[in-house]
Order: sequence, then structure tokens, then C-alpha cells
Amino acid sequence: MNNMFLIVTTITLLVVMALALIRAFAGPTVFDRVLAGNLFGTKVVLLIAVMGFLTGRPDFLDVALTYALINFISVIGILRFVEITRKSSPKEQS
Amino acid sequence: MSMDAVDVAFTEAAVGAGISPLLMLATLAIVGRYQKTSATLPSPAAAFILVFITGSLLIVGTLDMPAFGAADAPAQLHVAPRYIHLSGEEIGIPNMVTSVLASYRAYDTLGEVVVIFTAGIGVLSLLGFSNSQNNAYFIDKIIAQDEHKILRIVAKILIPPILLFSLYVQFHGDFGPGGGFQAGVIFAAAIILYTLFFGLEVARKVINQTFIRVLASLGVLLYGSVGLVSLLSGKNYLDYHVFADDPQTAQHIGILVIELGVGITVACVMMLIFFSFIENIKQEEVR
Amino acid sequence: MSLVVDILSAICLLTGSFLILSGVIGVIRFPDFYTRIHAAGITETLAASLILIGLMLIAGWGLVLFKLILILLFILFTSPTASHALGKAAWKSGLKPHGLVNKHDED
Repeated sequence: MNNMFLIVTTITLLVVMALALIRAFAGPTVFDRVLAGNLFGTKVVLLIAVMGFLTGRPDFLDVALTYALINFISVIGILRFVEITRKSSPKEQS
Repeated sequence: MSMDAVDVAFTEAAVGAGISPLLMLATLAIVGRYQKTSATLPSPAAAFILVFITGSLLIVGTLDMPAFGAADAPAQLHVAPRYIHLSGEEIGIPNMVTSVLASYRAYDTLGEVVVIFTAGIGVLSLLGFSNSQNNAYFIDKIIAQDEHKILRIVAKILIPPILLFSLYVQFHGDFGPGGGFQAGVIFAAAIILYTLFFGLEVARKVINQTFIRVLASLGVLLYGSVGLVSLLSGKNYLDYHVFADDPQTAQHIGILVIELGVGITVACVMMLIFFSFIENIKQEEVR
Repeated sequence: MSLVVDILSAICLLTGSFLILSGVIGVIRFPDFYTRIHAAGITETLAASLILIGLMLIAGWGLVLFKLILILLFILFTSPTASHALGKAAWKSGLKPHGLVNKHDED
């Protein structure tokens, strides 16, 4: 009974991740891509948690927690990188 | 998921998804986006043929390997049954991966730690020893230009729990996924977050550069000297049974000390590499 | 009692799934960056909370519940912060909302 809803959630998450990837490839600006990447990362965290329950191995929650942390740091890092490249070579526009 | 490798997933999440993209971005920021065009570029066709030959040789090689999950594969027959069936009695640790990593295969792990340490030394010798005391890093200028006040406050809230979580991962390696490698990377990630918000200058004051250089080597030294202690007591190198009479307690002590050494080295080397990458980001010359 | 908990967790999971789906459709369909970040940022936090609460109801008391709460707190902190940082960085780089002239050359 519960498993069915977990499976539904998993499938939705996978579909959403695929759609987020479309935006990441299509996105006209850098920020669209970063936004899609952030969305993808959050969905990965949820997916790991749900899959952990689905397979009966809640150990995976540690991985999910690490991933949430890393996702945040990556977004901040990419934004800093965008700032750096913009400031260091003003002629280039992304 | 299908191979039940939580520890590998953990390491991959921490290292593959977190640290390496940041380092790649830092490299891009250092070298700029475009390659300098030189006069004599090798033709791309030759490179493509080379890659093709190597790739097909590798694929031919995989044909000889046993089928995925085959019961008669050498990996399943050689030492794996012993690890799986006896590690509970011999080591007394619920997480089998940790007992294989830190006790049965302690030589391999020592090698890995030394590899990481060597990588740190390599990066430092290429980038790190430029002691030009201009005291104004380019990244600090950028960070000073706009104060992300909200981000700073959130970072202040988040960093202590992250550090605590890394310690949990470090000492929880016996019971669940985790251990020195993952904990070190998470610890370094927290410091990197701090650097990205407060600037390299401030981070250097918090994390003394010389101190972590010494610590990085101390981690390896700790690992190696565990082996020396057992060697001097008349046992084999890295044989933990000298630490206590009860073999399981001895294994526990040995694994704990070794994981500590691994964690310290990994954390320090990651921070060192990141710092020396970041301080080399400079204003790009106008071409 | 357990049936009530099951139904509650199912409701949470399904609502969360619906919300992330609508959020990502917004990210795909909306015309410019700021409307997209609106769609993503708003649905993301609530949807993640709902899914995690649904999992918590399945998990019951224990270490697993604690870890789920940690993940939830973490997402509640980081997700709006990341959205804020993104929006601010985009605005500072001179990206103008849909309908205004896109001025790229101000720096």
C-alpha cells in the first residue's frame, strides 16, 4: 500500500529530473542553467531518500544529507565563478 | 543501488559531485576560457584514431571478464567469502566495508592516503609556494564588492552543523556508511563554503596555512606509525592485535586511529588544494 | 491508527509529487529567468517538505526520523537562500525581466 505511493513519487521525481535537464540544456542564460541544476540537485536528494525507503535501506539518508550540502555549495561556487569571470574580463558576456 | 554500495555512493556524492566541479571551475577561472591558439596544432583526426583504438581495445578486454554478478567470477571466490562470513567474528564491526578497508586491506588504504598526500604536495609545489605577500587576493576584492548579507548569516547557521555532521560520519564509519575519506571531504566542504562567503584573507586567519600543512603530513604519519607500533611489538606491519588482549577491541582501536589519520589528511589536503587554487585567480589581462 | 498515518503520508507524498511536477512545468514553460525562478523556488521548498514529511510518517520514531528532520531543516535553509543568491546574481549581471529591454552592456 505504502510502496505504491513511494513508486509513484519516484517516477514523478525521475520525470521532473528529465524535464529539469531539458531546461538546463536549453536555458538561454547561465542563470537558467544554474537554476535547473539546483532543481535537479534537490530532486536528487529527495530521490535518494525515497529510494532508500523503497529498498528498505535507510542508510542512504546519510548520502542524501551529504548531497543536499554539496548541492548548496556547488550553486554558491558556480555563482562566484560567474562573478569572477564577469569581473576579470568585462568584454565577455555569457 | 543494485550493488548495495552505500559507501561508494557516499564518497561519490561528496567528492565527485562537490569538490571536483569546484576545483574545475577554479581552474577555469585561473586559465581563462579560451586556449591560446598555437601555430602547430596536431590534427584532430590522429587524436580521434588514437582514442578509437584505445576504446576498442578496452571493450575487447571487457569481453573476457565474467558476466556481471556471475557466481563463479574470481572476485566472488577468492577472498570475498572470508570477508563476508568471518569479518563479523574477527573484527566485530557491523559495516563490512569499513572492516575490509581499514583492516584486511589496510596496506591498500595506506597507499591511497599517500596518493592523496602526494597529490597535495604536487599541487602545492606547482601553485602554492608563491609567497608574494601582496595580501590582496583577487577573489577577496570580488567578495568585498557585494556583501551577501543573507548568505553570510545562513552560512553562519549552517557551518557548525556541517562540521558536526562530518565528525559524526568520521566516527560512525564502524556502524554505517562513512569513514575518514568522506568525513574529511565534508569537513573541507564546510571550510570551502566559509571561504566563498568571507574571503580567503579571513579564512587564512581561521585556518592557518602552515598548521594544515603540518597536519596533512601528521595524518599520514599517524597511519604509518600505527603500523610501526605493531612492527616494533613483534607482529606484522599494521597488525592491530598488539593494542589489546581482546582481538575485537584491538581491531576497534586500530581502525579508529587509522580512520582518524585518513580523515585528517584528506581534510587538510582538500583545503590546501582549494586554497592554492583560489589564491591564483587573478585579473585576466586584456588580450 | 496506522491506517490514518498511512493515508496522511500518502496524501503528503502525492501532493509533493504534484507540486514538483507543476514547478518543473513552470520552469520549462515560463518566458524568462525571473518567472522561472519564481516557479521553481516556491514549489521546491513546500514540495520537498511534503515529501520528507510523508517519509517521516512512514519511518516512525528513531534515528531515521532524526536524519529526515535534519535533511528537511537543511533544505528549508538552503533552498530559499540559493534562489535568493541566484536572483541577486542575475539582477546584478544586468538581466532584465521579460518585457523590458534586455540591457547587457551595463556593468
